[in-house]
Amino acid sequence: MSLNAHPGLPEFEYIKFENIDDASQFLANHSGDARPLMGGTDIFVRMRDGAWSDKYLVDVKSLSGMNEIANNPTGGLFIGAAANMNRVIAFQAVKENYPILAEAANSCASYQLRTRATIVGNICNASPAGDTIGACILLGGILNVHGINGTRQEPLSKFFLGPGKSKLKAGDIVTSIQLPIPPKGMVGKYIKHGRNKVSDLAIVGITVVGWPDADLPSGLRIRLALASVAPVPLVVDQVETILSEKRIDEKTIAEAAQVAMSACNPIDDVRASARYRKQMVRNLSIKALTEVWERLKN
Amino acid sequence: MAFHKISITINKESEQVVVPSNMTLMQMLRESLALTGTKNGCSAGECGACTVLLNGQPVNSCMVLAVECDGAEIITVEGLAHDRQLDPIQEAIIESGAVQCGFCTPGILISSRALLDRNPDPTEDEIGEALVGNLCRCTGYARIIEAVKKAARTKAIIAQSIPTD
Repeated sequence: MSLNAHPGLPEFEYIKFENIDDASQFLANHSGDARPLMGGTDIFVRMRDGAWSDKYLVDVKSLSGMNEIANNPTGGLFIGAAANMNRVIAFQAVKENYPILAEAANSCASYQLRTRATIVGNICNASPAGDTIGACILLGGILNVHGINGTRQEPLSKFFLGPGKSKLKAGDIVTSIQLPIPPKGMVGKYIKHGRNKVSDLAIVGITVVGWPDADLPSGLRIRLALASVAPVPLVVDQVETILSEKRIDEKTIAEAAQVAMSACNPIDDVRASARYRKQMVRNLSIKALTEVWERLKN
Repeated sequence: MAFHKISITINKESEQVVVPSNMTLMQMLRESLALTGTKNGCSAGECGACTVLLNGQPVNSCMVLAVECDGAEIITVEGLAHDRQLDPIQEAIIESGAVQCGFCTPGILISSRALLDRNPDPTEDEIGEALVGNLCRCTGYARIIEAVKKAARTKAIIAQSIPTD
């Protein structure tokens, strides 16, 4: 919450384009002064705090295709950039095939905030604490981006460069995220450890997904992503390796959790100390990995 | 800074308002339209005192620009009652004594009404979940949750009493 809570936003121009090419061009021409506006749940807070002072907000919500959510039995899930989190959570195919995404989205703030907040906005904000980012990376998410040189795809696994920094350049507008069809029998767990159950960013966020894979010695492929404990959302590949190659039991899970703890590099901040975060990564990784393992066993 | 002329339906009445780019929906309601039932608490999307229905969905009106609402339908706390009849959630909040200082009440009413619209028979957990974004600093939550349950029962009785054919 802002220390100087007041209703007013600083001055800026609100602009809307009919055509995405014009929107991209405008954003590129006003690099540093203009920002695409989705739900605004981060932008308005930062502008009120004085952290951001863009001269132009370019509302991209009404551009063609931005509000669509579609499931294709062969291609996977397509979520338009302006589709709000409540719609994604309630979408039948998300409940059935991507429940980890619904679980992660449901942990974001409050119902009324999620009427505005979007999955793509959560990703573009590139906060290491983004609740839905771990799920989207582990599900193999790919962003469709419209830039001044046309469209391109950005896999999420290589998208994040630092806190608030991503591969997006001036003029880029993310139009949607695509998630491939998940592996058969996939289960997941998101543990958000915050100071309270509501409205707070994660002190530590643990996303785990797993599915049966008969080609592996352990018979299971289990992947883990961490939030709020490194400059970028972190996938700990070594956890997957350990749990693929060794027979999974409490000892291997403890070993994998130890590796997750060593892999992260948290900072001290107002929400928690780095030392506490590291310990919680280990403890909550054990909890999340055990839950996923037990559900896969049954 | 540019001004925008927007058309908006508020509590079933059409309005045309001229708003600057940086005016929030909450400011427009309170300052341009004198609908001061919508409260300004945190201005950061956390307390929920400014919750209104935007096209039927609850939003923090401090986190929405007025200009974004061009063509939209808004319901504020002033629009919950109809034909001099309070909404069941308003009746229930009064009967349950779920108001202390009252500052959070408009937001609680709107969030609860939105919950009952999408889930007519919520469990206690579902009520808690739906009101996560509405902070009551008097901590009167127990009675608020009671009131939502009571409103759900009342609405069920009303629904049963309406002939279906």
